[in-house]
Formats: sequence, C-alpha cells, structure tokens
Amino acid sequence: MPIAVDAFPTVGEAAAALLSTPQARFFGGGTILMRALNEADPSIERIIRTADPALREMRSAGGSVTLGAHVTMAAVAHHRDTAFLAPVARVIGGPQVRSAATVAGNLFAAAPYGDFAAALMALGASAELADGRRIPVDDVIRNGARGIVASVIVPIPRDGLLFKKVSRVRPKGVSVLSIAAHLPRQSGRVNGARIVLNGMGPRPARASAAEAALNGRPLESSAIERAAQVAAEGFAPQDDPIATAWYRREVAGVHLRRLLEGAR
Amino acid sequence: MARKPIEITHNGEEKAIFVADGQNLLDVLRRTVGDLTPKYGCAQGTCGACTVLIDGTPHLSCLTLAETANGRAIETVAGLAGGELSPLQDAFMRNFSAQCGYCTGGMLMSAEALLRANPRPTREDVVEAISGNLCRCTGYEAIIDAVMDAAQSAPRRMG
Repeated sequence: MPIAVDAFPTVGEAAAALLSTPQARFFGGGTILMRALNEADPSIERIIRTADPALREMRSAGGSVTLGAHVTMAAVAHHRDTAFLAPVARVIGGPQVRSAATVAGNLFAAAPYGDFAAALMALGASAELADGRRIPVDDVIRNGARGIVASVIVPIPRDGLLFKKVSRVRPKGVSVLSIAAHLPRQSGRVNGARIVLNGMGPRPARASAAEAALNGRPLESSAIERAAQVAAEGFAPQDDPIATAWYRREVAGVHLRRLLEGAR
Repeated sequence: MARKPIEITHNGEEKAIFVADGQNLLDVLRRTVGDLTPKYGCAQGTCGACTVLIDGTPHLSCLTLAETANGRAIETVAGLAGGELSPLQDAFMRNFSAQCGYCTGGMLMSAEALLRANPRPTREDVVEAISGNLCRCTGYEAIIDAVMDAAQSAPRRMG
C-alpha cells in the first residue's frame, strides 16, 4: 500500500483535510512518524503536512509564552523567552533530534519519549487546536487531540520548574523516567503542586499522592519524605529494555526526593 | 506512486530531482543523488550515521521527509574535502578517530556544525555536539580529541 503525503499551505486547510480522513496522521518534526514509515508501519496510509509559518511562531505576552506546534526543541533551548523550559529541551535527544522534534509532537510521543510533554503538563499548559478550541494539554496527552494542535500556551512559572530526567546513558540517553514539578508557594507553603511522572506508564501522568503529601505544607524534609514514599502510587510502569517496572517504582521516589531537596 | 519534483542544493550544487511520497532524505541522497557518504545505520534516529547539515544545522536524514528538503541546502561529508581532506577530516586521521568508520561521516558533520557555530569549544561542548552520534569502536575519546585538535590548530581569528 503506497503512502500518500499531502501538503497544505495553511494549518486550517490541513485540519479540514484531517477531518475528512480521520485515520490520516499529521506530520510534525518527523521523529515519530518517519521512524514508523522507515519500519513500514502498515497503519500509516496518509500523511497530512503543512509548512504554515504560523506554526513556527513563538510569542510571549501576559505571563505566558505561546509556542507554535512546530517550534523545535532547539528553538526552545535557545530562546530567551523559554529559558525556563531550556533545561528540559536540552536533554531531549542529540542536536539532530532537537533540530527536528517539535513542541506539539512531544505531546503524542510514546513512553518514555514524553519528557517535554511532562513539563508542559506540570506547568498547566493548554493546547490551542486549529479550530480555535483551547484544552488542557493533560487532555491531549490522555486522549489525543481529535484535530491539529496549532500551538501550546505555557504559563511562565512564578516559582520555577523543577525537572529531572533519569537516564543510565552518559552524557545522556533515553529516559528511565523523568519528573517535572511545579510547586507554587503561598505564605511559605506549597499550594497547588503539580508533579508529573513520565515513563511510569503509557503516558505522562500526575503523581497525585505525592502532590497531596506536599500541598498545604512547607517544602521541608518530612513533607518531602512523605511525597517520595508515595511517588509511584497509582502508576503501573512496564518492563522494557530500558528498565523493569520494579526498578522504576523503586527509583521514582528516590529521584523525586533529590529533586525536591534541591529546591528547598 | 506519486513522484514529486524538488530542488535542493547538494554540497553547493543545485539539483532538481524526484522524490516519492514518504521517502526519507537519506534514501534520496544515496539512491537518487548518488552520494553514499551519509550512512544507513538504524533508520530510527538513534545512531546518527546519516547526519547531514540542512541549511547549516545537523539533521538526521533518515528522519527527514525528503520533500521537506525542497529549496534547502544539504551538506554531506562528500562536500567537506575540496581536493584534499578538510582540517577536521585531517584531525580525525591524525588522532586515529575511526576504526570501522561507519559512524565517521555522521561524526564529522556534527563536529563541523559545532566548529562553525563555536570555533573554540570546550571538551564538554564537543561531547554535547556528538551526543546524537553512536560509535561502537573508539570509546569516543579519540573522536573528541580530533575535534579539539581541529579547533586548536585552526588559525585564530583576531577580533
């Protein structure tokens, strides 16, 4: 079955084409789809793409930064407005992957490749679809987009983003797991913690038990210890060639504790 | 299968070629253009053997949809040497940086991109620049030595 690749001048036209053939796949930077094509993945019959320059735009206004869907990891790593996301973008792939991999593409990356998606989720980012709908990235990560993600709106974190990618390869390699955490403080206490674990299941997900252990408390040893103990609660990681499920459950709390201790 | 015409600049030379839907740039470079210097390693974006520069930036040609290269400048190892080896290639030779040689083309292109952007890199900069290229023979040290050597032996720009 030959593959058909259809290019459209604008994201609106691409979205209309996707609507008429829902089984088609939308092309971002290619790091996911080309890999599948190179393996002759039979589920891919039609690819829709656009080089719409609007998808490469980055703008910052009113406490948030809007990243076009096709903004690359390399652009995020180097732009002044996304300095808070640079530590995440920098540890994704090597330079070649970062010059292709996109912000929106990472929302659809299979575990354990969702490092950037985890960070967006921890920051409470939302996705704007080509039809103008705006939905939390959490929904896109959990359920897909049913449309084309045109941009991602990321609130600039007042209290910084904590991020740790755990890999067994130096200087870097694929994630065993990664942790992204945003811990807003109010009068010295954590209020509205968002902690996201990537690689602990098919999609990045909130570590609700660890969040509950921190909320309403100052970020000190006892609260951190409690959060670390319950870090893997609610997660069902898989055995894979990178690590066993047991190992992931064991080390999730250790790395969360180190990350939080470093932020005190 | 649909054939799409594209125009690329391949190592400074303009070429008009046809690509197929879904074909990757590595395949086009090797089969259509006849440039065998980018290597087919994993086709997964893991090994870096197919690294080429697109408009000066390192990309994995195996993960690049060929039609998206339309209008762009592609550089490969075939364009590095002009009659004699480039200083970077010469440094690779002097430092014994290739054993089987399969990764070397990709290593050279990643290092070339680094040295153009940062002519005086630290050792850490070099490690970072080649972090997307796997070598199963050398243990990397000889490759890092070569890139540092090339940077140090390049004429210093006064400024």
